[in-house]
Amino acid sequence: MRLADKDIIEQLQKQILVLQGNHKPGSEQLSVGLGEIETAFPGNVFPRAAVHELISSSAEDASSTNGFISVILGKLMQKNGCCIWISNKRKIFPPALKAFGIDPERILFVDTWKVKDALWTIEEALKCDALTAVVGEISEISFNDSRRLQLAVEKSKVTGFIHRQQPKVINAVACVSRWKISPVASILPGKMPGVGFPRWNVELLKVRNGQTGKWLLQWSPKGLEYISEQISTTKMYERETA
Amino acid sequence: MLRRQPELKDSPFVLANNEKGRRVVKAVNNIAQGKGVFTGMVVADCRALVPELQLFDYDEVQPKKLLMSLAEWCIRYTPFVSIDEDGLILDASGCTHLWGGEQGYLREIHTRFKNFGYHIRMGMADTIGCAWALCHFGKNGSIIKEGKQSEAISGLPSAALRLEQSAWEKLEKLGLKTIGSFMTMPRTALRRRFGQGLLTRLDQALGAEMEMLTPIKPICPFEERLPSIEPIRTAPGIEIALKNLLAILCERLTKENKGLRKCELRCYRIDGNIQKIEIGTNRPTRNVIHLFKLFELKIQTIEPDLGIELFILEAPVVEELLSSQDALWAMSSASEAAVAELIDKLAGKIGSNAIHRYLPAQHFWPERSIIETSSLTEKPDTEWRTDLPRPLHLLPKPEYIEVSVPMPDYPPLLFHYKGIRHTVKKADGPERIEQEWWMQEGQYRDYYCVEDENGARYWLFRLGDYSSGNPKWFIHGFFT
Repeated sequence: MRLADKDIIEQLQKQILVLQGNHKPGSEQLSVGLGEIETAFPGNVFPRAAVHELISSSAEDASSTNGFISVILGKLMQKNGCCIWISNKRKIFPPALKAFGIDPERILFVDTWKVKDALWTIEEALKCDALTAVVGEISEISFNDSRRLQLAVEKSKVTGFIHRQQPKVINAVACVSRWKISPVASILPGKMPGVGFPRWNVELLKVRNGQTGKWLLQWSPKGLEYISEQISTTKMYERETA
Repeated sequence: MLRRQPELKDSPFVLANNEKGRRVVKAVNNIAQGKGVFTGMVVADCRALVPELQLFDYDEVQPKKLLMSLAEWCIRYTPFVSIDEDGLILDASGCTHLWGGEQGYLREIHTRFKNFGYHIRMGMADTIGCAWALCHFGKNGSIIKEGKQSEAISGLPSAALRLEQSAWEKLEKLGLKTIGSFMTMPRTALRRRFGQGLLTRLDQALGAEMEMLTPIKPICPFEERLPSIEPIRTAPGIEIALKNLLAILCERLTKENKGLRKCELRCYRIDGNIQKIEIGTNRPTRNVIHLFKLFELKIQTIEPDLGIELFILEAPVVEELLSSQDALWAMSSASEAAVAELIDKLAGKIGSNAIHRYLPAQHFWPERSIIETSSLTEKPDTEWRTDLPRPLHLLPKPEYIEVSVPMPDYPPLLFHYKGIRHTVKKADGPERIEQEWWMQEGQYRDYYCVEDENGARYWLFRLGDYSSGNPKWFIHGFFT
């Protein structure tokens, strides 16, 4: 392949990415600050103007998933911005959000009873470009509905999270990524008793134009830490033998 | 009565109820009246007069209710309607031209009521007193021109002055049968014999003294009306009417630098029913497009039935529009407005009680540590606490769990929740949270953070202690 052809192909690929709703690389798009995970996405940047799908299969997973969403929200919202959290069985306890760097008073919680209302609310919220992010907790979403949400964010550049709790079927949706987060036993340094900082197993099951992956993360007041598999297992081993 | 049972139209009937052990007639229809039945008669006497007379129960509250609903219906003719003891008073100033003058105004009201099956008596004059007199004692439907009150009432009986019974009986006794016979008498003589009441009533009827009315509905300063020539039955028709009204109202608000917080659209149907839709906004606004969007969600709820003949748009709550409002969440004012508009829209569709915003409260008891606020701009008075572990998911109600505990004041070894056994591997605690006795009586809670064999973290608590029997354990939340 000639060098010029390669250039043309790269150029075209970039154009396709933009058409698919990704930001132009190098433009105002800034890194969210998630570290390694961001390398899984095209352009090594966490896509903001996109809808992310997260799936949880139990109440414990749901809590960890919301924790992970809160980490990203905290990074996205920084010191300003506003977020709308839509759910039909809301369990979020606002004071706990402060630990993730979010001011709980900057989040508006919307409770809906009907799935139809929830979808409508999510779509309307995603259309509002004044918001930073929208979190929707629903269990079922059809492909068509997810496409509507995707179209809304492409215009408004709002980040959307669809948290599907115990869905009956895991169908294909038009979201940019699919995540699965589950809690992992925490570890305190040394032989200290008690519960440590939250740890999660973060799986990126699907990602458009990117690389899927799996990470072990720990959230502490210092921020997000990546834990390599070996260290954690050796530590576990030490602990059990001790 | 006639509206519900049209077959009664051509037969005499009365409404009666029990009074001092006998049935007394309280209301008579005009056919029965023509046959000599009048209110206050005993039913047995009436039966003797008119054998085919029909009898119905008289409901004490019904006439009042009916009068009220008729008054509301009459708002279509003027915004100022008030209820008299047995009638309605309409302030028609500036309204009659819409129905082609005073004659046309009265004729319109008369025909409409007649079609409904009501027999009404009307009078129109510059003063309330004069109109009342005409209506009760004068020719039905008479209109008195400006300044002709004294001529009009001079021929009427003295009872037409809305006097107390004793006063007009006294006048009758003295041979002063018509108002004209004492109207020109010296005022001091009248006052001495009949008191100030007579003079006041006389002055009120002649227009020498002001008389206040209380309208059934306070008149809203921001109100626009749109009568339609043909009854409107379709949604696009209603939308056009609404857009026109909103444009007029918002133009007025712009002139006065105000924004509305609440807006109501009332649709008067030709069958007398009133359809209402209402919207509210979180901050004062006069944006026609935004307001229309809020109404748009509710237009479907209007039942036009046979058609709507009048639209009234009212802004009962109006506030000064400040150019710079308190910064909401450190956003630009344009974004703030966009968020506020979104919230209005959501509130319009799913109800404002579905939207929550929380501020910290100074309580340790988890359920009371947050307080809901309805305002979008209110800032927290205190910091959110982060020094104590709090779960991200809190169950709306703590759920009972079965545990096995090695010894008092220790976290459980294992617990059963929803049929699944969780073995506790790690635990923190206890954190004791006492009941605030000045708010609620009850036992304290000892909270533990525990982690099970799968790495899931829970917030459990024990209610009370082991000294008082076997305390219960509950799960209250999930950590991340």
